[in-house]
Amino acid sequence: MSWLLPLTFLLPLGGMLALVLWRGDPGRRLCVAIGVGSAGGAALVTAFIVTQFLATPEPHTVTLWTWIAVGNFRPTIGLALDGLSLTLLGVITGVGFLIHLFAAWYMHDEPGVRRFYAYLNLFVASMVLLVLGDNLLLLFLGWEGVGLCSYLLIGHYHQVEANGRAAFKAFIVTRTGDVFLAIGLFLLFHQLGTLNIALALERVPALWAEGDPMVELAALLLLAGALGKSAQLPLHTWLADAMAGPTPVSALIHAATMVTAGVYLIARMHEVFLLAPGVLYLTGVIGALTLLSAGCAALAQTDIKRVLAYSTMSQIGYMFLALGVGAFEAAVVHLMTHAFFKALLFLSAGAVIVGCHHEQDMRRLGGLWRRLPLAYAGFIAGGAALVALPLVSAGFYSKDEILWRALVSGQVELLAAGLLGTFLTSLYTLRLIVHTFHGEPRSENARQARPGHGWAHAVPLILLVLLSTFFGAWVEPPLAGVFPEPDEGSSLGHTLLEVGAISIVLSGLALGGWLLWRRGNWLEGPSAQGPGAALWRLWYHDWGSDALYDRLLVQPYRQLVGWLRDDAIDSLVTGVARLAWWSHLGLARTQTGQLRLYLVILSLGVVLILLVLAVGV
Amino acid sequence: MMLVWLILIPFLGGLLAWRGETWSDSAPRWTALASMLLVLLVCLGLWWVGDYRPLVADEAAAPRWAMEWRLAWIPRFGIEFHLALDGLSLVLVALTGLLGVLAVLCSWREIDHGVGFFHLNLLWILAGVIGVFLAIDLFLFFLFWEVMLVPMFFLIALWGHSGPAGRTRIRAATKFFLYTQASGLLMLVAILGLVFAHHASGGVYSFDYAVLRETPLSDTTAMWLMLGFFIAFAVKLPVVPLHGWLPDAHAQAPTAGSVLLAGILLKTSAYGLLRFALPLFPEASQALAPVAMGLGLLGIFYGALLACGQQDIKRLIAYTSISHMGFVLVGVYAGTELALQGVVMLLVAHALSSAGLFLLSGQLFERLHTRDMREMGGLWDRLPVIPAFTLCFVVASLGMPGTANFVGEFMILFGSFPAVPWIVAIATVGMLLAAIYSLLLMQRVHFGRAREEGRLAGPDRRETAMMLGLLLLVLWLGLYPQPLLDTSADTVADIERLFGETDTGRDDSSRAQAPVEGR
Repeated sequence: MSWLLPLTFLLPLGGMLALVLWRGDPGRRLCVAIGVGSAGGAALVTAFIVTQFLATPEPHTVTLWTWIAVGNFRPTIGLALDGLSLTLLGVITGVGFLIHLFAAWYMHDEPGVRRFYAYLNLFVASMVLLVLGDNLLLLFLGWEGVGLCSYLLIGHYHQVEANGRAAFKAFIVTRTGDVFLAIGLFLLFHQLGTLNIALALERVPALWAEGDPMVELAALLLLAGALGKSAQLPLHTWLADAMAGPTPVSALIHAATMVTAGVYLIARMHEVFLLAPGVLYLTGVIGALTLLSAGCAALAQTDIKRVLAYSTMSQIGYMFLALGVGAFEAAVVHLMTHAFFKALLFLSAGAVIVGCHHEQDMRRLGGLWRRLPLAYAGFIAGGAALVALPLVSAGFYSKDEILWRALVSGQVELLAAGLLGTFLTSLYTLRLIVHTFHGEPRSENARQARPGHGWAHAVPLILLVLLSTFFGAWVEPPLAGVFPEPDEGSSLGHTLLEVGAISIVLSGLALGGWLLWRRGNWLEGPSAQGPGAALWRLWYHDWGSDALYDRLLVQPYRQLVGWLRDDAIDSLVTGVARLAWWSHLGLARTQTGQLRLYLVILSLGVVLILLVLAVGV
Repeated sequence: MMLVWLILIPFLGGLLAWRGETWSDSAPRWTALASMLLVLLVCLGLWWVGDYRPLVADEAAAPRWAMEWRLAWIPRFGIEFHLALDGLSLVLVALTGLLGVLAVLCSWREIDHGVGFFHLNLLWILAGVIGVFLAIDLFLFFLFWEVMLVPMFFLIALWGHSGPAGRTRIRAATKFFLYTQASGLLMLVAILGLVFAHHASGGVYSFDYAVLRETPLSDTTAMWLMLGFFIAFAVKLPVVPLHGWLPDAHAQAPTAGSVLLAGILLKTSAYGLLRFALPLFPEASQALAPVAMGLGLLGIFYGALLACGQQDIKRLIAYTSISHMGFVLVGVYAGTELALQGVVMLLVAHALSSAGLFLLSGQLFERLHTRDMREMGGLWDRLPVIPAFTLCFVVASLGMPGTANFVGEFMILFGSFPAVPWIVAIATVGMLLAAIYSLLLMQRVHFGRAREEGRLAGPDRRETAMMLGLLLLVLWLGLYPQPLLDTSADTVADIERLFGETDTGRDDSSRAQAPVEGR
């Protein structure tokens, strides 16, 4: 059944080609049918593959053809299936299909559906190649492909200049990471003599001892690539702006799949990272810093989607933290549950946005829980998973595992950051839900909210609601044997930690509830003036990182381009020609036709020569 | 004899097209199209029947040709009419045939005066270029090198567009001619110097490539002669301080001229480096390598930064060529098999993608009558299909995997990394700048709010066919480049052997798994 595996990317690719090459106007219904159908086909194929793999869990590869063959440089177009890639494949095609379906409702009265679904299908195909590629070059193909689709979809409403800028920024910032990743690939190939992932990972322990500077460098370069794609510090600035795209795009690309590609990369290459303890620790620290800084930024946002964007960064920060303490399995499990509940939150946000006539500012929403019950349910279930509400939510189980692994590894500072993060998470999540759904409607759009209808709207939301609760925790990814077995640790410590984490979550919720309900608008005072306002502004602008990069990088670059615009080097060369022209003009002026002038010059010349001769002798 | 026909077909076709004008305006077009198609077919035929696979373990010093043709010309000085074909030249001649077809097609409506003479010039450029790729007598090579220039001068001067700020087509043509003429002179001096050096050692005059390869040279002589060749090729590639002619010539030329300049004429110099500068003077080239690669880096960044600052769409594309050719220069002088194969790949890829972009900007000019990007914007909503094609070629030019450009660029970088890790690491940043200028083009021209109302005419069948053909080639070579790589493998192995064996510190054993510390 090896032909099944290629179908997972060929079906969406075929859908894309059909949409692009269709002559004339296929019409909205057909576009939706092709787009959703091909994604659904991929999901169906994946389901088959999953059942097969569960029956006989044998990793295997399917090589389609040799891409390039020069000397020992022989990357193939080959797909490799193991527990890790299967987990990701399930998330991509499964959640991807639900989002495709929801998008049929979301985009129902917007132009450009054909283009939208073509890009979306291409995205799924690239993402599948990213996780299935059996060599690093094919992984890089998927990696760049998803970046391109992300660019195109962020800029989907391209008539608005700001969207174009957001798309541009997203592509450039992530490509900054890609540059490092590319150098990492050059280094790995040079050192290991192969790009095949399985073969390379086999050779790694034989070649490098733990802490070898070369392996640290390789891991650092891979990490830099992962930081760009996964929007971690310091390459995190693009994700919040990326919310300019249609909301299903934010759900699929900027929450569930593409932004977690960095986590996949590190998990996939974990043998390299295990030999580079310094870089591994750095991974954890970056994750911890991102989860805290993004958590603070999420507190101060007013746009629903931007709150969710910062919360995505923060959650991916948790995954990086897990990677950093060597808990690869916990990171991947959290990746999966995060895909469920964050997709749910974004789709529910999409339902709110369309329901309220494209109003997405929380200050002008409110009181929607009665009018938009399904979206409200989505926010409750998704929010519960996001704050890791104990026992009932899927997020609880995966996040608990991460914190527990941090404790077992003995990196207390990372654990502390993770616990503080859960507190922030409960605060901003509660604020998001209360501001959006409770209180009085604060604008005409919110008062006239229309609930969504139709199964394209309801089915994805309901399924994702189920997956975000403890049902989602039952989905156990087939990761046995992929990662090294972690230490067990004492069960008493685990219980204590759980109790601690739960109490932090609950106290966060309690504090939030007290502030938002009992004290009403009390928060508006300190956040509008004085030091509170400054802090609020700082958080609102994500600690001023955009302004910093603008000052440090963008402005100097523009200045440099401005200086060079007229090609200084060429001007030097043409300067020679101009000099000749001027001297021609100057000398031509002496050619007056007046005999006496010529005589004067002649005699002056004679005198000059004689003088020189006299002095010289 | 087939090789002579490859040159004669466009040459005679040009004469025929010129006379054909007396019948009708379309006669020259069809004649030119037929002759270029014929050239392309002959190339494909040669590729089909010939065997270009590398022979393993053959350490013969002489170059191996798949086909050869010679005729005594000026025996007194050992000058022959000597043509030969191997995998590398076949690839480039076929590329010339393909871009020749495109150049004729894209002028179909654009050129409306002097049609006969235009096609005469067009075909003679192509004949000259094919001659350059086939000649292996150095005198003959120099002759063809000069033959390309004159018709190109007329093409720019007579059918070009004048831009603002004194950028007239005459000025651009003159600049192009002066630069290349001066560089050609240097090459002539170097060729004569080499011949005299050979005469001094052996007592016979010969301009033959295979003979001159064996000339014993002192280090200083070799260095000076090599510099003569290098500068001549550097002007044409172009290498950055010597690039001044390129933006003007590309921007002011008619579409066909830009396509041929970017697609073919720049490639003659890379070919020259591979065919002559490296094998004739391996030690001297090796000594120059750090400088050359430094210049390559300069070109990558300088070209990319200037591309970001342009308002004229054709000038933008012209500067991107400088950036891409910087990668070629790095790859050539890194000299590993992988890097050199990457160079061949990137030459073809850049020819296809830049031809595509120039064709598209020509199509935009026909519809909007401007090349100023400040007057464009929002074309995605006004113009069917063309923006989508532009997106594809822009994406190819920024090196997206799956396109031929990615394969070429990454093979160069992978191949050069063992030799010069730091240079490769810096060059990789060029990838980022490529993304900036490519997306800027897309953003300014096709995205954003439309400046004017009203829909523009989409591409007709001729235009669609051209773009689709190019795009399919770019994708095919991006996903399955092996047929092309196999064709050029033998030539590249020969160059690598000559160039690589001079260098003791960089043999294949260092590529085996040793850390690169201390480099």
